[in-house]
Amino acid sequence: MIPTPDLSHLTKKDYEHVYEPAEDTFILLDGLEEDAGKLRSAHPRICLEIGSGSGCVSSFVGSILGASTTLYLTTDINFHACRCTRQTGHQNKIPIDAVNASLAAPLMRRLRHAVDVLIFNPPYVPTYSDEADDAQLRADIPGAWAGGKDGMQITDVLLDQVEDLLSPVGRFYLVAVKQNDVPAIRRRMLDIYGLQSEVVLQRRAGGEHLYVIRFTR
Amino acid sequence: MVRLITHNLLACHAKGCTSNNFPLQFKDVQVELREAEFNPDFLRGFIPRLEWGALVDAARQLGDTSLPAEPPEMLDVEFLQKLHHVLLEVHVEEGAMICPNCNHVYPISNGIPNMLLAEHEIG
Ligand SMILES: C[S@@+](CC[C@H](N)C(=O)[O-])C[C@H]1O[C@@H](n2cnc3c(N)ncnc32)[C@H](O)[C@@H]1O
Ligand SMILES: [Zn+2]
Repeated sequence: MIPTPDLSHLTKKDYEHVYEPAEDTFILLDGLEEDAGKLRSAHPRICLEIGSGSGCVSSFVGSILGASTTLYLTTDINFHACRCTRQTGHQNKIPIDAVNASLAAPLMRRLRHAVDVLIFNPPYVPTYSDEADDAQLRADIPGAWAGGKDGMQITDVLLDQVEDLLSPVGRFYLVAVKQNDVPAIRRRMLDIYGLQSEVVLQRRAGGEHLYVIRFTR
Repeated sequence: MVRLITHNLLACHAKGCTSNNFPLQFKDVQVELREAEFNPDFLRGFIPRLEWGALVDAARQLGDTSLPAEPPEMLDVEFLQKLHHVLLEVHVEEGAMICPNCNHVYPISNGIPNMLLAEHEIG
């Protein structure tokens, strides 16, 4: 059992602006834990989490892989999330380098085929497209869930960058819900980019049907 | 945290800025030193992923001249300890990073680099 990261330093006030870990976070932790052995034996050097929120997930990966074995990079459009991510790393003795950015934008040039573990628990709830655009601009709580058409507006952009980012041994973990059309996502990644995938876990929780999908070369 | 390991991976991504957009130049920085766990295997594995010249240059901008212009053939412990310090223990907490090509300013506050662009700046 890998312990859930200590989040006791985060307060109600932090969660006014930063996504509080919920069922989607926990299924992702469970999926990563299931893969713990495989993750360790790949000796990853670079782990990049997009949309790190509280920092719970990267801290958890840090406790699987070790504080000094891997560089933990995170991005989030929300500055408060970056601040919390950094604190959560500190609280759990995992150095996390948090970057305030959209997806992997400032890292694309240098991380080409260099990311060993890529993780995204995206804003996946279907909404009007305007609502998602607005949420992206405001970079506050609605940005954590508002996903636009089919809940895929933000995820779609990243999916087209995954192949560019993954190292030869790289793996990508994505959280999705049923409305995102998981079979279509998997087919597309295989047909366009030749990436294999597997559903690591799926479960119903709080009215959502959640999936963790793992993509590899 | 903007440690030099991360600075070595960040490039300007403003619209149309696709060459000479790396490495970003530090400006008006405040630096803090914090100890990190030394892991020689990590460092050996990471060297091929570094842009060495950019690292040496960034370290000089922060007043650290301990690294050689080229990585040595023999990665002995003495060298790895210097590299460890430069890459992982030097934290830029405040200041900015500036694109050498388009002069876009990316501010750093509370150790977090703001790499967001306004809508009209996104390529
Ligand atoms: C569902 S929350 C997940 C938070 C955390 N990883 C977890 O599992 O609890 C989605 C996160 O993605 C961030 N986000 C939304 N759009 C983003 C984008 N374009 N680039 C980076 N992060 C984004 C949100 O601010 C939010 O923190
Ligand atoms: Zn530029």
